[in-house]
Amino acid sequence: MDIHEYQAKEILAKFGVAVPPGGLAYSPEQAAYRARELGGNRWIVKAQVHAGGRGKAGGVKLCNSEHEIQDATNDMFGQKLVTHQTGAEGKGIYRVYVESAVDFNREIYLGFVLDRSTQRIMIVASSEGGMEIEEISSQRPDSIVRSTVEPAVGLQEFQAREISYALGIPTALTQQMVRTLQGCYRAFRDLDATMVEINPLVITADNRILALDAKMTFDTNALFRHPQVAELRDKSQEDPRESRAADRGLAYIGLSGNIGCIVNGAGLAMATMDTIKLAGGEPANFLDIGGGATPERVAKAFRLVMSDENVEAILVNIFAGINRCDWVAEGVVQALTANPVNVPVIVRLSGTNVEEGQKILAKSGLPIIRANTLMEAAERAVIAWKNDRKQNTTVRAI
Amino acid sequence: MSILLDRASRVIVQGITGRMAQFHTKEMLDYGTNVVGGVVPGKGGETVFGIPVFDTVKQAVAATGADTSLVFVPPPFAADSIMEAADAGIRYCVCITDGIPAQDMILVKRYMMRYPRERRMVLTGPNCAGTISPGKALLGIMPGHIYLPGNVGIVSRSGTLGYEAAQQLKDRGIGVSTSVGIGGDPINGSSFRDILERFEADPDTHVICMIGEIGGPQEAEAAAYIQEHMTKPVIAYIAGLTAPKGRTMGHAGAIISAFGESASEKVEILSDAGVTVAENPSVIGETVARVIAKRAA
Repeated sequence: MDIHEYQAKEILAKFGVAVPPGGLAYSPEQAAYRARELGGNRWIVKAQVHAGGRGKAGGVKLCNSEHEIQDATNDMFGQKLVTHQTGAEGKGIYRVYVESAVDFNREIYLGFVLDRSTQRIMIVASSEGGMEIEEISSQRPDSIVRSTVEPAVGLQEFQAREISYALGIPTALTQQMVRTLQGCYRAFRDLDATMVEINPLVITADNRILALDAKMTFDTNALFRHPQVAELRDKSQEDPRESRAADRGLAYIGLSGNIGCIVNGAGLAMATMDTIKLAGGEPANFLDIGGGATPERVAKAFRLVMSDENVEAILVNIFAGINRCDWVAEGVVQALTANPVNVPVIVRLSGTNVEEGQKILAKSGLPIIRANTLMEAAERAVIAWKNDRKQNTTVRAI
Repeated sequence: MSILLDRASRVIVQGITGRMAQFHTKEMLDYGTNVVGGVVPGKGGETVFGIPVFDTVKQAVAATGADTSLVFVPPPFAADSIMEAADAGIRYCVCITDGIPAQDMILVKRYMMRYPRERRMVLTGPNCAGTISPGKALLGIMPGHIYLPGNVGIVSRSGTLGYEAAQQLKDRGIGVSTSVGIGGDPINGSSFRDILERFEADPDTHVICMIGEIGGPQEAEAAAYIQEHMTKPVIAYIAGLTAPKGRTMGHAGAIISAFGESASEKVEILSDAGVTVAENPSVIGETVARVIAKRAA
């Protein structure tokens, strides 16, 4: 789960990481008021969206007067910010963060991640802050410093000192850097983060180490023990279909194609999307309804997939093991009888009692297209989708 | 012979009194798995299907000689249960639980390292379907009847894709020595490489079918091991060619975050290592059959 920059800064500050003074605003007037509160004559106004690359996309503005702040935020509020991380649809700007501008001499990249190779928390740092880590690793790989944390004892001071020296931070600032690193590590560990990124961490003109930006991502599996973190969820930053699905216990991701997918199991769901693509179609979504595939879940899944207006055909691919195919087939028939859909439905069942399952689908009288293999199902889905499209166009033309 | 699990394995189920655990314990008993006990703190002295329940794993091991455990404990308590099994001398543990915090798994992995190699527990999962040595024993939640006994080793991150492979093999009369689910989490007990090493050493496994997906370094690590150390043919399928970058695809571990983690990069790395890659999931069975035929020729 992602949170906003201002929330990450508030958390990190509690763990001893120094951040510039700032204030949150929900309107241009409030933004100007925040600037007045902060004092000074130069401020940075930052759109709060769950994505990186805000600066290049126009989501970060330097302002020299309250008037400029009003103008800048007028342009931001209610707009969708499109960065290279948001996709074409962008993310809505409903909050801005106003900070006192800071003069600095150096920018450092600092990241904490769950490293899957060592299966430990890893610190990744670079003296080339300001750029994104992908750019740094392709253009200045030699500048990257890595250090893994032994889970039994946590981040040791010597490790933090080593990182500080490797980054060429002046000796007078070593203790500040150690405090920053340990603060980030403790926030990561205590709150079950999966990522903490400060980019840039700067050395100011008056020799302080300050986090100018901050990003934190949390392990959704651990939110049960951090209700104060769970409260930071901002649904305005999520795809509404995905939020709805998540609230109903379904793993759904919206994509841009036309063939909706209903599958049990994440691996099989990805495989189904891939096969649709191989057959010449484009999947409209990823959807894992869980191993069980109960009739209630199948019904929920149909409603969810149909809520995407781009969906012009639906492929159901269920491997029924302990819950047999005949039972899953009855669930599909029930769901489609109760809520008929106006697009072709292709059903492929596999596993226990396949024949009985097929019979139930055939006898139902519903216009369900059946298939034996996944490839066959994908091919039939693509054909049905194309035919359906042609017919609809003809009808519209008349 | 089979890897990790056979008829002689003496199995306990941690969390046996839960509804799902009871259902699957019954399935395992019906399959012929030697389930000798259950562990639920506070419920020692009860029985489930005539199987004695103990308060601690140590008590269960002392009373039943158990060497294998299946963890069916809810996410907040699962890591503790795995460590309890490791400390009680359990040799092989499968954890089914989905939703364990990643940092709990980091601690579990670190904790297991405190035991010398010869008595260190092997863990597969969490968030997996379990392990089956067909005709011998089933330890998990998979439908046992889709597996024929035979000589193909299956190792899969995904549960239902692993079933898909087993069913396609069964449809062709091809059997399985052992099928191991390693789970969809970012930090897991055993990697592809760990399981491949066991299959390579197992005389009853002739061919290996490996089912991977996007995210994480384990497929690339497996490719390096296959290239340098494996004599047996490996067939692979990798799911997620159409998965967008930076999005978690259902499994917590299925997210592309670095080079070598996308499906197309994994396919390339595995192909370069001499692995036969099935291009779509419908041809896993026929690809394995083709490799077996070539091997026999």
